[in-house]
Amino acid sequence: MARGDLKLIGLRPSPFVNRVQYALNLKSAEYEFIEEKFGSKSELLLRSNPIHKKVPVLIHSEKPLCESLVILEYIDEVWTSSPSILPSDPRDRAVARFWAAYIDDKWYPLLKEIRMAQGEEAKLAAVQGVEEGLGLLEEAFENISKGRSFFGGDSIGYLDLAFGCFLGWLRAVEEVADIKLLVGEKTPQLAGWAERFCSHDAVKGVMPKTEMLVEIAKILQAMAKAPSPPS
Amino acid sequence: MVEEVKLFRTWSSPYALRIVWALKLKGIEYETIFEDISNKSPLLLRYNPVHKKVPVLLHRGKSISESLVILEYIEDTWKQAPLLPESPYEIARAHFWAKFSDSKLMPAIWHVFLTQGKQQEEAIPPAIEILKIIEEELKGKKYFGGQTIGLADIAFGWMANLLYVLEEITGLKLMNTQNFPSLSAWINNFSDVPAIKENWPPHEKLVTKFQAIREKYLAAGATK
Repeated sequence: MARGDLKLIGLRPSPFVNRVQYALNLKSAEYEFIEEKFGSKSELLLRSNPIHKKVPVLIHSEKPLCESLVILEYIDEVWTSSPSILPSDPRDRAVARFWAAYIDDKWYPLLKEIRMAQGEEAKLAAVQGVEEGLGLLEEAFENISKGRSFFGGDSIGYLDLAFGCFLGWLRAVEEVADIKLLVGEKTPQLAGWAERFCSHDAVKGVMPKTEMLVEIAKILQAMAKAPSPPS
Repeated sequence: MVEEVKLFRTWSSPYALRIVWALKLKGIEYETIFEDISNKSPLLLRYNPVHKKVPVLLHRGKSISESLVILEYIEDTWKQAPLLPESPYEIARAHFWAKFSDSKLMPAIWHVFLTQGKQQEEAIPPAIEILKIIEEELKGKKYFGGQTIGLADIAFGWMANLLYVLEEITGLKLMNTQNFPSLSAWINNFSDVPAIKENWPPHEKLVTKFQAIREKYLAAGATK
């Protein structure tokens, strides 16, 4: 596939963008990365995703695709070389999609809440939610991986991408909030999986460094506390 | 029997209705298990321990939860009467719109429906903006998928009757045929499909139920 044919509009610290980058790397698809600037949205982004105005947007042969999980499925359909991103069995696909939806709709918002929470009580509630989620995902990993290295089996798959993209931010939140969330003693399988995911070839050059994410987290926290002008 | 299909649902849940429609459209035989949300059965809690909600589909002894996930499972498992198009790009668009229904339209409509006074006044313009986006998408099309009903139509299906129920209860008119010709036509086209028409919950019962929900929310809000 010619490089010019495939463009990804994104922000390097965005876990949703990273998800797509990892998927493209898994498929050895070459693409041009168009970086957005923090705090402003480019003409190209607004044109390509007029409804949500968000990254990531994958532009393939001039056609824009939005929503990271939708993009993952698209990539899997178009780049049919192995590894497959989604499993082939309908039940396994449903399980992967279920947990990906849980992670996006329930778990990640709680992780963000730890960083953004005003007040100790709110923060503690969010921490509890995140830990409960990690417990559920530990069990899911046991059931789904069946002793292999990843949710996807021997290679990284849909659920690895859906969850693994948040590992950088997980570490950053741990540092900023001074807590430990993903702990080997509590969730040993996830801890092992996290290490394998982060050191995978498709991931390691792309996953943002924890230090950078910590800096961004601090800026976002400060912005949230600062009085905002009337909109 | 290994091929047995069971659906845990309530009589009114719009999410569960999606599954009824998909199963009917594909001609799949299934057994319905009605749940009482105020008194959830041990089976429901066992089959959906994470969310404890309907719908839950049981097939070959395994449970699947979350309506959009169930729809995809049905599409993956039973190939007749396909609900998704052929091309990967069009499939992606169907997925995009299905998500849009839940992530954007539903919250906006609920926000209008569960508020009153100034709060409700402020909730109306954003809801109309979202309806306009959908109107734009439906221009020149019979259904979201084109000529045949598909996944995105099923995802938006709740709108084809609940919107009228909510308008009746609040006395508000968010959309009309003049300003939303394509959306109005879609509602008619969608509602006319036999699998859909034959499975609408009773109108009066819906009005009563959602009236009670609105009153409960408003009362809870008033005590804040």
